[in-house]
Amino acid sequence: MTAPRTLYDKIWDDHVVHQAEDGTCLLYIDRHLVHEVTSPQAFEGLRMTGRKVRAPEKTIAVPDHNVPTTEGRDTKIDNEESRIQVEALDKNAKDFGINYYPVSDIRQGIVHIVGPEQGWTLPGMTVVCGDSHTATHGAFGALAHGIGTSEVEHVLATQTLIQKKSKNMKVEITGSLRPGVTAKDITLSVIGLTGTAGGTGYVIEYCGQAIRELSMEGRMTVCNMAIEGGARAGLIAPDEVTFAYVMGRPHAPKGAAWEAALSYWKTLFTDEGAHFDKVVTIRGEDIAPVVTWGTSPEDVLPITATVPSPEEFSGGKVEAARRSLDYMGLTPGMKLTDIKIDTVFIGSCTNGRIEDLRAAAEILKGKKIAPGMRAMVVPGSGLVRAQAEEEGLAQIFIDAGFEWRLAGCSMCLAMNPDQLSPGERCASTSNRNFEGRQGRNGRTHLVSPGMAAAAAITGHLTDVREMMAETV
Amino acid sequence: MDKFTKLTGVAAPMPLVNIDTDMIIPKQFLKTIQRSGLGKNLFDEMRYNQDGTEIADFVLNQPAYRQAQIIVAGDNFGCGSSREHAPWALLDFGIRCVIATSFADIFYNNCFKNGILPIVMPPEVVAVLMEDARKGANARMTVDLEAQTVTTSDGQSFPFQVDSFRRHCLMNGLDDIGLTLEKVAAIDGFEKTAATLRPWV
Repeated sequence: MTAPRTLYDKIWDDHVVHQAEDGTCLLYIDRHLVHEVTSPQAFEGLRMTGRKVRAPEKTIAVPDHNVPTTEGRDTKIDNEESRIQVEALDKNAKDFGINYYPVSDIRQGIVHIVGPEQGWTLPGMTVVCGDSHTATHGAFGALAHGIGTSEVEHVLATQTLIQKKSKNMKVEITGSLRPGVTAKDITLSVIGLTGTAGGTGYVIEYCGQAIRELSMEGRMTVCNMAIEGGARAGLIAPDEVTFAYVMGRPHAPKGAAWEAALSYWKTLFTDEGAHFDKVVTIRGEDIAPVVTWGTSPEDVLPITATVPSPEEFSGGKVEAARRSLDYMGLTPGMKLTDIKIDTVFIGSCTNGRIEDLRAAAEILKGKKIAPGMRAMVVPGSGLVRAQAEEEGLAQIFIDAGFEWRLAGCSMCLAMNPDQLSPGERCASTSNRNFEGRQGRNGRTHLVSPGMAAAAAITGHLTDVREMMAETV
Repeated sequence: MDKFTKLTGVAAPMPLVNIDTDMIIPKQFLKTIQRSGLGKNLFDEMRYNQDGTEIADFVLNQPAYRQAQIIVAGDNFGCGSSREHAPWALLDFGIRCVIATSFADIFYNNCFKNGILPIVMPPEVVAVLMEDARKGANARMTVDLEAQTVTTSDGQSFPFQVDSFRRHCLMNGLDDIGLTLEKVAAIDGFEKTAATLRPWV
């Protein structure tokens, strides 16, 4: 009998092509997602060495980081450098014969939303992309992580990666979430507890009742930010919720292949007694709607708290907190709900899916954003956008005063024209509150979609539960 | 990729935790389709004012550190985005080695692909190296990959650990893809077996 294995162990074992004596492995990659920013140098490398893409049918490209989210972008991108990058991807996709969703395609969107939506991401797969938020795909029980451009070239040429196995970490969220608390609050709370380096060297498996009770959209939000906790990847064992989401997607198996896949997928869980090197347990009932106050995703507090003082920390974090507070323009002791907001951004690979838009629209229904507020919704894909329009969500956003944009990464990393000005303060459903992330000297507070909507209405960070009480 | 064997140079002290890749190279410089030329924008928003003038007290703008080849930093260096532009920018500036108490996973990998040696040292050693780096341009640190030691300007030597395969590749400037393609028969075999076991993939 084999020793009990974790979900990570099982997926890993099924993808080892070769193992050297020192434990260095060649790992087979089932799906390679590609976008315009981290791939041009990799394709150029192939050209220079005369190499081909080994498995073009397993390679999927979509432009997302750079693309404007305003109308007319399929015929003209004003920023020349952005245009060159998008055109380079157009050309590389064509020259190397890989699957491609150009800007003009309704299926275009953020790579981590498009992959699952089109059924490219399936349980038990290995999935990589030159983007750290590849962790998103772990929600399907796929081993998924970000890689650098040299590794992108390596995967294009060989369909493998040179890897050493990470350690196993379990994050269990017991019980159920309270009303107004979402997957975003789970994932931020975990990082708040473990720190941005707490997962370094590990692959995290998220489990427990609160995780089981999440939709696929919510699970993707949780896994998406595994990287913000330092982990190589986040995983959630596939179950009926996963299978129901996958079934019928364009690239999901059909007929007999579906049955065969399903019986394999049902073996993808951590065996009783399998070893975890690190275990973190949080009670779902203890998680509150949270916000970040600083410039690291670990700077997390419940919305009911006050801005901390640097002296509350220890080691290098004291200076880091001082620097953060200075950058963020905040004073220790002030209530988080007193922080005024200039801009609200709803979107990104963390929170740009249909369920996120529904949650925000629920709060916004029949309301207006605060005077002077800039608010935008950037759906994660053209299909999410279309669905939101069909469900009437788009009209709710527009009536409330939001801009209703086309799909892309947008203000999450501000490579396109959607940026913060110096000093501008944003409640954002994205994943990083780093200095300058959303624009030079811009100030970011990470929140859930409902919390972002609440802040848009009141003009300051707000406990979404108060708004929910109003709507009941 | 350039080989890395032994390096003696100026080390710049950056006593900050969580130096992320957005700090190392902000997103507006990711629009390039080349690997080179990013050094002038390394740490751009910490290094330059909005009008493009230098921020005098930023470490790499100080005369002593303009030629730095080593950075000594706090926990979790290179966290955040997977952008390989971060090591490209470091390398283009002239940095060949980063010493910190810990590194983010993807950045750590990316360094080895570009001839940069990331070294993990315990906090008490980083504290000593940080002090040595603060001495400025006259205090040159030596990093010896073969011996796996870092030696301060006053001769204190500290051992470090590094994965043997990565060390081998770095010391010989080896191209990963070339090495992997030597195992193409194993990849072919894997694909054949996988096609039977998991034909839907």
